Amino acid sequence: MIPTTQPVQPAVGKASHRVRVAPRDPAARLRWVGLAVAFALLWPLLVTTEFAPWKMLEPRSLHASAHFLAGLLPPATEPGFLARVAAGAWQTIAIATCGTALALLLAVPLALCATATLSISRLAGRMAPLSFGVRQALRGAMVALRTVPELVWALLLVRVVGLGPTAGVLAIALTYGGMLGKVYAEILESVDSHAARTLLANGGGRLQAFTHGLLPEAAPELTSYTVYRWECAIRSSVVLGFVGAGGLGQELDNALKMLAGGEVTTMLIVFVALVAGADWVSAGLRRVLQ
Amino acid sequence: MTAARWPLPLAAVALALLVMASFWTLDLHLAALIAPASLAAMGRYAGEFMAPDVSPAFLARIAHAALETLAMSMLGTAIAAGLAAALCLPAARFAGRTPARWRVPARLLFNVLRAIPELVWASLLLVAAGLGPMSGTLALALHTAGVFGRLFAEALENAPPGPAQALRAQGTRESLVLLYATLPQLGPQLLSYVLYRWENNIRAATILGVVGAGGLGQMLAFHLGLFQNGRAASVIGAMVLLVYAVDLTSYAIRRAMVNTR
Repeated sequence: MIPTTQPVQPAVGKASHRVRVAPRDPAARLRWVGLAVAFALLWPLLVTTEFAPWKMLEPRSLHASAHFLAGLLPPATEPGFLARVAAGAWQTIAIATCGTALALLLAVPLALCATATLSISRLAGRMAPLSFGVRQALRGAMVALRTVPELVWALLLVRVVGLGPTAGVLAIALTYGGMLGKVYAEILESVDSHAARTLLANGGGRLQAFTHGLLPEAAPELTSYTVYRWECAIRSSVVLGFVGAGGLGQELDNALKMLAGGEVTTMLIVFVALVAGADWVSAGLRRVLQ
Repeated sequence: MTAARWPLPLAAVALALLVMASFWTLDLHLAALIAPASLAAMGRYAGEFMAPDVSPAFLARIAHAALETLAMSMLGTAIAAGLAAALCLPAARFAGRTPARWRVPARLLFNVLRAIPELVWASLLLVAAGLGPMSGTLALALHTAGVFGRLFAEALENAPPGPAQALRAQGTRESLVLLYATLPQLGPQLLSYVLYRWENNIRAATILGVVGAGGLGQMLAFHLGLFQNGRAASVIGAMVLLVYAVDLTSYAIRRAMVNTR
């Protein structure tokens, strides 16, 4: 930006330009100070995270890494193993689908109860204190469900329901129930509420106001967000397998622990394909809804 | 609607079949879960979490682990930004570098880095880097570098070309054009990407420890493994507070950035 404030010079050779442009940067000192401060802040981070990449270059860990990397190829393709991977992949999809379906059972009632647009007392002006309190409490509950990461839910649930897909399904149902409920309520409050308010004002029930007033307005957005979340659930159900919640993740965790490199490669490829496939299906579904 | 590739009813039927097949094959025993006996057991289990350990000694250990998690998220994000800043140059087709022969391979690399979740990277890295926060930091850095690389390259391609052309017309070197014309234009946008990903990464960093990559997650897995549920409850509380604090900080920085512009 600086050179433009100077009178335009005839084109000069690169070498002479290098000497002339650099000293003209009036902010140079500030930039160097900024960089120095950034590096000073970096130091405690490096210490806290025990960041010592050269440790990876020590003969022992280098040997382990080389051994592991060499084992990654070729990908494992024994029919028995492939069948297990296919079963794991399907289980991952099923965990995500069941989790999202159960999350809906949680989210829809919560969202309906929390939506301020469906308040009858608000028609007259301010919402009644009790209704306001209940709505805020429900919102708080949804935020709490969502704040605890699904992996932590899965860790806790594995100890109650045992290893296997049930823990994964319930973890997704709880986290996504809170997440979907909160977003549904926000979507329902953001669409045009004229029809719903008219229905309520003329004696319609809250459920009628929802199904005939709000739902037609909000349906595409609600569905598209749900489909997007299903796609996210597939990603996270793979990760949940690492704490024993079934599916492809659990198989991958086992293969990593046994340092079975070829199996790891195959499963990573299947995982990436699975996520790409879910992405494609989800994009297709959302396009239909537009 | 006309451009729809999937007719709506077909999609609905396929979705219903998918849901039914999922429940059918998983065999979840959900009915057994809501039987009185198992509900009582769950109640007892939840009750154990209602008495978090708040003794000063334990809180000090939590604070240490929380700092470790915070440092992992910050350093991981910073390394990722550095890696992506270097790799986005070959990945972008911007004026002055029209052939962009490395564009496709670089983008493929970003996609692979991004497709593998942080937790999977962490378990892969445990082999090379051993147990501890360094594996977690590198795992965050690799996944986030994939995310940043694509975002940075796109930002670079979409930057308004005016200032760069003005400098180039005067014969300024390409590296200086980048530093003095393109970078100042993109700075705020790139910084807000970094802050947004930092919010994501603090969430990821809290759980990475579950596979042994340090921080609060490792502490949680440890105490849950010993059935010390009161202590686990304190750790979960610390996770929630830490994520909340980072969200607030990031929000404050972004608001300050908007106000100064």
